[in-house]
Amino acid sequence: MKPRVGMFAFTCCEGCGLAVIECENELLDVLNLINLVEWREGLSEKADPPELDIALVEGSISTHTDERKLKAIRERAKVLVAIGACAHTGGLNALKNRYGMQEVKQMVYGDAGQQFDTIPARPLSAVVPVDLFLPGCPIDRNEFMTVVRDVALGKTPSLPSYPLCVECKKKENVCVFFKGMNCMGPVTRAGCGAICPTFGDGCEGCRGLVDNPNEQAHKETLAEAGLSLDEVLKHFDMFNSYQEDQHA
Amino acid sequence: MSDVKIHVEDVTRVEGHGDVILDVQSGEIKELKLAITESPRFFEAFLLGRKWYDAAHITCRICGICSIGHTSASLQAMENALGVQISEQTLLLRRLAFAGETLQSHYLHAFYLVAPDLLGVPSVLPLVASHPDVVKMALRLKRLGNDICCTVAGRHIHACAMKVPAFPKSPKAEDLLALKQRLIASVPDLHATVALLKTLSLPAFEREMEFTALHHPDEYALYRGEVIRSTVTGDTAIPDYKNQVREFVVPHSHAKQVASAAGPYMVGALARFNINYDQLRPESKEVAEALGLQPICYNPFMNTIAQVVECVECTLDGIEFIDRLVDGDMLHDEDMTVKVKAGRGVGAADVPRGTLFHEYAIDDEGTIVDCNLIIPTGQNLNNIEHDMRALVPQILDQPQEKIALTLEMLVRAYDPCISCATHLLKVEFV
Repeated sequence: MKPRVGMFAFTCCEGCGLAVIECENELLDVLNLINLVEWREGLSEKADPPELDIALVEGSISTHTDERKLKAIRERAKVLVAIGACAHTGGLNALKNRYGMQEVKQMVYGDAGQQFDTIPARPLSAVVPVDLFLPGCPIDRNEFMTVVRDVALGKTPSLPSYPLCVECKKKENVCVFFKGMNCMGPVTRAGCGAICPTFGDGCEGCRGLVDNPNEQAHKETLAEAGLSLDEVLKHFDMFNSYQEDQHA
Repeated sequence: MSDVKIHVEDVTRVEGHGDVILDVQSGEIKELKLAITESPRFFEAFLLGRKWYDAAHITCRICGICSIGHTSASLQAMENALGVQISEQTLLLRRLAFAGETLQSHYLHAFYLVAPDLLGVPSVLPLVASHPDVVKMALRLKRLGNDICCTVAGRHIHACAMKVPAFPKSPKAEDLLALKQRLIASVPDLHATVALLKTLSLPAFEREMEFTALHHPDEYALYRGEVIRSTVTGDTAIPDYKNQVREFVVPHSHAKQVASAAGPYMVGALARFNINYDQLRPESKEVAEALGLQPICYNPFMNTIAQVVECVECTLDGIEFIDRLVDGDMLHDEDMTVKVKAGRGVGAADVPRGTLFHEYAIDDEGTIVDCNLIIPTGQNLNNIEHDMRALVPQILDQPQEKIALTLEMLVRAYDPCISCATHLLKVEFV
């Protein structure tokens, strides 16, 4: 029996769902392994019966409705996978948490904003138990296929436990620090093939911190390159502000 | 007349969360709305206080499907604020990436989101078995759009290599020429798409309406324009966009609605086609004619056909841009230096779903102190509701499920991007 899989989106850009579609030709191979039974963005079908072997969930939780729906999905699913930075770390959405919720509503929507249901954005794991994480903004489609294949076959997938610099060096990229740019590579979990530095940009840390990162050494290196601590912290927080605020 | 009560919760095969609600009592519409239920994200709040160089990489995360579109509007706005001029190489590379995104977005909409309705199935999945050649063709065409973005900008979703004032790393000529060969090879697939569409029929529905799109004197405006052009209110300078795009609040929706001085209006492929038809290539016009699309077309369901016409245009554009980049010996690394100064700038791009505006103000240290973002789908929501009001009385004699399906098809025809619309529309009280 192929595992029954549902895909769900909460507060996000739905780019991780799109990354799944962008597997294209390989997507047909994945569909040979799984039975995709529910996905609002792509299908009109609804899972019947509602029980799922695997729920793939993107987005962070930022409304009471999100919270209620996620709990219902958790009850239906044997394995719940958080896909993408919003689901994994809270992602960009958590940047609003540094303001009061009344304040952001007023700033963006004016007085009419008070009708909106908005609560501080959280990663899925702050609301329900999460079995697996697929990091990145967006997710890497090759990593997605590997993880889905592993889960479908009953294996536990493992993510790289080393920093991005390892992948970047393998690609023989010129280190962006030498170009005076900021880069989160030394403290960020690898797995994306160091795509941003490969295209000449610094890593923005969208995959979250690697296990046991040496943050202090990284900050010192940046300071030596003439970058201010403030700006460095701003980059840390683009995708990881939820974790920072928890530790503050 | 019988009563009709419809509540389609979370319309499927659209980007983001929205409900269609219809309540008809004794033939009279009591309630009819497209309620946007997507969670707001407050980008305009958390952009404040960040540096100028973060704007494109943060705002591209508003939307996965039109990520390069947001990047393009953001870069143009920030470059206008900083007084930066870009090179011809950068302009051509951006237009090439933009064409790639337009192709992938239009193919996604036509094949994955709309075609199942026309073929009478609930999604693309049954088509894998019943129409394997069509599905494989769709995958092939869409992959080409993505690969153009990946080659030029690193990836399609949240491009890493699109920055102020240039690309930090230029693509290789050989990689672009390989894409050119694939673009040429995709033309028969485009003709097969046209042949397939000829066998399918879209709902016949017309409502006289206002269309708005960017216009550029020298090109079919996609990546950039020189003015905002409306079929009713005429031309508006891009920095004066608020004269055309007037936002107001509706209580049932997490997205604000928009009207011009004349009322609701439509943006997107059909609006561009209607306004800039004369600038299309002969090959694109031929496809339009073959599919029964002529300006001015007032049937919003024909938006999907206009998208297919634009796929022809973008395919041929892509070939032309690659030729100009390679033959013009332009693919070298460019200076990334930017002189930071205080300023305000507006950027506009006609992204797959219509005209997108970004506006930023920065201080003399390059910190963002004000921003405003206006999304295509936000502009269309008001028009969709007006369409539904005109359409419902024409289909009221049909079974309830058929009415619901037709209304969902109408919403889908606009190819709405609800995540975008919700997260960004900002209201200003006059």
